[in-house]
Amino acid sequence: MGVAIYMRRRAVNAVAMLLSGLAAAVGLVFLIWILWITVKNGIAAIDLKLFTKITAYGADGGLSNAIVGSLVMDLVALAICAPIGVLAGTFLAEYANRTKLGATIRFLNDILLSAPSIVLGLFVYVIVVLPMSNLTHGAVSFSGLAGAIALALIGLPVIVRTTDEMLQLVPGTLREAALSLGIPQWKLTTQVLMRAAVSGIVTGVLLALARLAGETAPLLFTAFGNNFMVANPLDKMASIPVAIYQYTNDPNPALHAIAWAGALLITLFVLLLSLSARWYLHRHKVTHD
Amino acid sequence: MSSIPATIEPVETDRRSRADARHDAWFRRLLKVCALLVLAALLGAALSTLWGGREVLFGQGLQFLTSTEWNPVTDDYGAWAPVFGTLVTSVIALVLAVPLSFGIALFLTEIAPTWLRGPVATAIELLASIPSIIYGMWGLFVFVPFMARVEPGLSATLGRIPLIGKLFEGPPIGLGLLTAGIVLAVMILPFISSVMREVFQTVPNRLKESSYALGSTTWEVVWDIVLPYTRSAVIGGIFLGLGRALGETMAVTFVLGNAYNITSSLLMPGTSISSSIANEFNEAVGTHRSALIALGFLLFVVTFVVLLISRLMLRRLARREGA
Repeated sequence: MGVAIYMRRRAVNAVAMLLSGLAAAVGLVFLIWILWITVKNGIAAIDLKLFTKITAYGADGGLSNAIVGSLVMDLVALAICAPIGVLAGTFLAEYANRTKLGATIRFLNDILLSAPSIVLGLFVYVIVVLPMSNLTHGAVSFSGLAGAIALALIGLPVIVRTTDEMLQLVPGTLREAALSLGIPQWKLTTQVLMRAAVSGIVTGVLLALARLAGETAPLLFTAFGNNFMVANPLDKMASIPVAIYQYTNDPNPALHAIAWAGALLITLFVLLLSLSARWYLHRHKVTHD
Repeated sequence: MSSIPATIEPVETDRRSRADARHDAWFRRLLKVCALLVLAALLGAALSTLWGGREVLFGQGLQFLTSTEWNPVTDDYGAWAPVFGTLVTSVIALVLAVPLSFGIALFLTEIAPTWLRGPVATAIELLASIPSIIYGMWGLFVFVPFMARVEPGLSATLGRIPLIGKLFEGPPIGLGLLTAGIVLAVMILPFISSVMREVFQTVPNRLKESSYALGSTTWEVVWDIVLPYTRSAVIGGIFLGLGRALGETMAVTFVLGNAYNITSSLLMPGTSISSSIANEFNEAVGTHRSALIALGFLLFVVTFVVLLISRLMLRRLARREGA
């Protein structure tokens, strides 16, 4: 009797251990499957014209305008969300750490972090694209600028959170030492604390870049897409994710090949960025998701 | 004491400290405005989609939610089909992802040798970094054909079982609710498992050791000690995954089949809120566009509530820890 119960408990344990190992294996299988398919199809399609020709040539073209468009919008998005995010994160860590307002903002920032990106795209459509179109009587509607603003909204909460956490890691003795010298708080913040946390803050910005570089949904109705190379931020602008989306929807297999090449570019970029950022954050024991 | 000379002019310090105070106040205001922008972004997203969808939201009221008709030609818009698709795919994703995530977290905290934990955890978290459009492409070109081969088998086996058999009837074309649910499950897996792993690690060792000392097996320790201790945070992690699944767009758009269907079969094509918006928005005008923005409002409100619950549950554990 006792032995039977013991054996049953042992058996249940063994089955549970086995299943949990299997679960980890399933996760790894999907990761390897997706990466393998992307690399295999992507490498087969990467050639010089991918970087030299624009999407207007279709199957004979490349993605050069989409690559440039993505770079422009990602950088403009960072230029918008990095300063705002760093300052907001500083407010949370240094000025409102134990206040109700600070707790509320920190809490809502975490929600913004997981909010559906397509709704943020709609938001920018309603507050940027529509008014611009009304103001200019339709001359300017979808634009690279609107796309960058939508992407900035995706990156903002990432930067706020990492800045907040990185500043909280700076030892309090540093603040006390500086304050005891009579340094005003803004100088303490910008010249002592931010300097102490600068590598962490930069990591947060890179993590935000990794996050927003792969986004497609918010760009569909803000930047729209364009088959030609444009430099004007008020014009419709192409991007790699949107080009992938359009080419995947097309029945032509030659376009699928170009889409895979774009997919490989964006995946490599995003994975390398987030791996290195994660490695850094992990070393400093900061949470991130 | 009197031998120390007064080296600083009192007037000079006075002016400087006043200037410092002024700069401090301005700096503080600047930071506060930036922090409030985070609130403005959330509030703005809610209000702008409410405003953009006002024609349909206020014009049709509750009927918008309950009507199954979605016809741009006759300007009839009912949200029930996309809402149904969103809910069904998210539920499938949770049903698959929660046990898998639990298994992964268990493996990473209790079973795997220490040297293996870091690399496997990183690999699982990498799943979260892959852009969703890549999931979509992989889903359409690789996973849909794969499912088309598997689905006849599902119909022949699970489809024979009474009651749940109805879920697995239908044409084995690969596209559909089940496929979208599985892709979503893979996408939210890293979010749920990393929350679970993190909170499992917060369980005090002496609790686990006491249980082991009484002769518990690893499974009994996890099921009877670790899980009850971390229950609220585990639920929070599940809701975090649900919030992600509800709002995910690109991964499901390609594999759902974009059909305004309400079926009892999971193998049938369907649609979801986010994929309806992504598919139709740029061709839509007038009331159609308003209806799509109204769908966006609906999605935002639902995900907001889900994520709110998630964060509240996660915070309960953090508070108990005294963090």
